[in-house]
Amino acid sequence: MFETIKLYYHKFGTPKYFYDLTSKMLPWLIGFTVVLLVPGVILGLGFAPMDEEQGHSYRIMFIHVPAASVAMSAYVMMALAGAIGLIWKMKMAEIVAKCCAPIGASFALLCLLTGSIWGKPTWGTWWVWDARLTSMLVLFFLFMGVIALNNAFESAQSAAKATALLSIVGVVNLPIIKYSVEWWNTLHQTASIKVTEGASMPAEMLTPLLMCIFGFYFLFSVLVVVASRAEVLEREQRSKWVKQLVMVE
Amino acid sequence: MAVEPEMTYPSLRQGLWAIFKRDLVIAFRQRSDLVNSLFFFIMVITLFPLGVGPEPEILSRIGPGVLWIAALLSTLLSVDSLFRQDYEDGSLEILLLSPQPLFIIVLGKIMAHWCITAVPLILVSPLLGVMLFLDAETIGVLIVTLLLGTPVLSMISAIGAALTVGLRKGGVLIAVIALPLYVPVLIFGTSAVEAASMSLVFSGQLAYLAALAIFSITLAPFAIAAGLRISVSG
Repeated sequence: MFETIKLYYHKFGTPKYFYDLTSKMLPWLIGFTVVLLVPGVILGLGFAPMDEEQGHSYRIMFIHVPAASVAMSAYVMMALAGAIGLIWKMKMAEIVAKCCAPIGASFALLCLLTGSIWGKPTWGTWWVWDARLTSMLVLFFLFMGVIALNNAFESAQSAAKATALLSIVGVVNLPIIKYSVEWWNTLHQTASIKVTEGASMPAEMLTPLLMCIFGFYFLFSVLVVVASRAEVLEREQRSKWVKQLVMVE
Repeated sequence: MAVEPEMTYPSLRQGLWAIFKRDLVIAFRQRSDLVNSLFFFIMVITLFPLGVGPEPEILSRIGPGVLWIAALLSTLLSVDSLFRQDYEDGSLEILLLSPQPLFIIVLGKIMAHWCITAVPLILVSPLLGVMLFLDAETIGVLIVTLLLGTPVLSMISAIGAALTVGLRKGGVLIAVIALPLYVPVLIFGTSAVEAASMSLVFSGQLAYLAALAIFSITLAPFAIAAGLRISVSG
């Protein structure tokens, strides 16, 4: 068991095997994304019962909540991949960490946009300094910092190391930022309606929401894999296997 | 046969002290740089009454936040020079190769930097507090929050400075990296002062600030040391 895990760990860590393995995995990942996301969105937007307080506007939650969840996980994944790259000098981990940043930032931005669109009918304004929106904005800034640092370096190697360190520092700070913002928000009471969550949600709402959340995670994995494959090809363009691949295709 | 004397290295405390003293001496030989970040702090605060109007009610309401944000910006501005000079003249590489652990050296440098940039700022803040119509007790709390909070700001921005020291364009990049990480310090710092101005209990906020200070002073030097190694080797 352990040996198999170790084998696959090393295979994933080698650009060539990563490329081969993901070629086989990618159709499955895309399949899962479509199977979960398409019915999830249709059920959520079209068939889930209307919310008593918020009417139809709550339906944006089926995009908003998964985007928020994926954005936060993307940051943690970027830090983990960065740490693996920093500690075990694994090339693939560096590539994956690099690809996580813009994708995670996009999900954070999607979460902010849907949040503000939802805020217009609910709160009457496009933006409210709500704890969750504010901490998502800070998360978006953290992503932008990582991206900016990555772009500033000329050599890909030191860029990977520096961004890995920054994202580790960020991930240590993330809970502190999140709880301090929540605490700040309770101090400055703003009129806010909390989105109904978890147990209080009927199954007709919860099922599409869960489908959307898992669908978004698969979508994220597809995007990261596709971006990493492109990055692998670019970095390994001088190697034999890439030349062969391009010649055959 | 003569026994070779064992090489003795200075102790950790001696190393820390030597770096601290060296940086202070260098700073006091370039006094004009010292004054710049202090005047930046004062000027930013002067801009607020000009921007939002001189009414005492408004100024005393936003005063704590203004002072904190100005302190935060002037820390950011001054931190770019923390490692840059040493990097450019090569002495940073010597420090990296020294027998002392790098985090001790980093700690000494940041302590000196804090004394040079943050202490004058804290000393002048009561005056600016009066100009923003804060009352005496509020100003007292403000000084305590700045004393606890500015070391955290120095530590966080030093991480940014360490990561960008090898790059030609430091300034704005450090801001983009470090500003999001400043959020907790800003929240606890300003809310303690605001609570004091409304004569509410503020010991909780101070405890959080102290916790952040201890957390960053103990852990950030390791991140800064790692960042310097990346910058110098890359």
